[in-house]
Amino acid sequence: MNDQTNTWITAAAVGLINCHSCGLLHKATPVHDYCHRCGASLHLRKPDSLSRTWAYLFAAYILYIPANVLPIMTTTSLGSVQSNTILSGVNYLLVSGSWLVALIIFIASIFVPVLKLMILSYLAISVQVRSSWHPRERARLYRLAEIMGRWSMVDIYVVTLMVALVKIQGLADIDADIGAVAFGAVVVLTMLAAMSFDPRLIWDNAEKNNE
Amino acid sequence: MAGSVSLMACHECDLLLRVDHSFAEGVMKCPRCAAVLLKHKRHSLDLTLAYTITGLILFVISNAFPIIDFQFERQSTETILLSGVWELLDQDMYLLAGLVFVTTILAPFTQLVTLLYVFLPLKFNRIAPYTSEVFRFASALRSWSMMEVFMLGILVSTVKLASMGTIVPGIALWSFGILIFVLAATTSSLDPDLVWEKLGVSR
Repeated sequence: MNDQTNTWITAAAVGLINCHSCGLLHKATPVHDYCHRCGASLHLRKPDSLSRTWAYLFAAYILYIPANVLPIMTTTSLGSVQSNTILSGVNYLLVSGSWLVALIIFIASIFVPVLKLMILSYLAISVQVRSSWHPRERARLYRLAEIMGRWSMVDIYVVTLMVALVKIQGLADIDADIGAVAFGAVVVLTMLAAMSFDPRLIWDNAEKNNE
Repeated sequence: MAGSVSLMACHECDLLLRVDHSFAEGVMKCPRCAAVLLKHKRHSLDLTLAYTITGLILFVISNAFPIIDFQFERQSTETILLSGVWELLDQDMYLLAGLVFVTTILAPFTQLVTLLYVFLPLKFNRIAPYTSEVFRFASALRSWSMMEVFMLGILVSTVKLASMGTIVPGIALWSFGILIFVLAATTSSLDPDLVWEKLGVSR
């Protein structure tokens, strides 16, 4: 298998563009073109992939701070007001004995976003420094980051449902708080970052260094 | 399906490959990066259409009936899918309301409608106007439809609220549970290459 590595030929190397949307191969032209079959805009690689990925990642890193420091929901019951951040919510679940739910929320709201930010940052850096190290594993990391991000939305939905369900006249009321907005933004921004990153860049560098 | 050998490039690593399309069922992966190149399924078209229609029916039920009835003292609050969004709007959380609305209602619904628009005419060997644009849009919507994550959210909220009062599952909770599987089945039966192939011939 390893001997084969040097005989890989990419579409780009022979002047072909693969349509990002429907996978039809086109002859690369000097002018900007559209796919003859599906009408999508043709690019050899996703346009400005790295700059866009970094822009979304930086925005996500910045918003990650308020998402964790500010409360995501506020409970008013019998006149006492209590605000919960993501972490204090997990802690509350642990104390009240629902360790399984605490674990789910911990993984979805804290572990997954951090891991996704780290993976995408690592991939972006590795492409930036033209690393040729283990491209297959990096491709796998990219796929992992792409599919797991959506599960972070769980906490947003929990807040939404709590807000809708707990409306007990004069006894208890739950309001969504600004931290949830920041957290939702982090999830969306990391999704956009993953979508802008072009995994072909991982392989482009692996090839060049092999030559 | 034409038992043809053709040239294609891996959509994740751009490797140029000579690929034999003539296998009936299964998945073909890129030899270099292991991305899924082709996914063939028997009766892909019929299955996708059937799941899409089932999904639409379940979607309507899931939205029309209450998901959970929360009872506390002698008060009860019923929640439908939309009431969370309304409540967030009421609290001036527009961005959050928008995000929840798009990911749990707009994206899944639009995805099902667009798939119906593409697959129903295809079933009768016809092609509706703008099918390629619509299908491209439907594929892009997939990452924004998060019904299965919302289902997990329902389960977590149920556990959180169980200590405060009584929770009665509504009709929508059941239809919602089935909808998750139907949506997953729609995705797994859909063979995009088959659609593009049919569209390519007609152009």
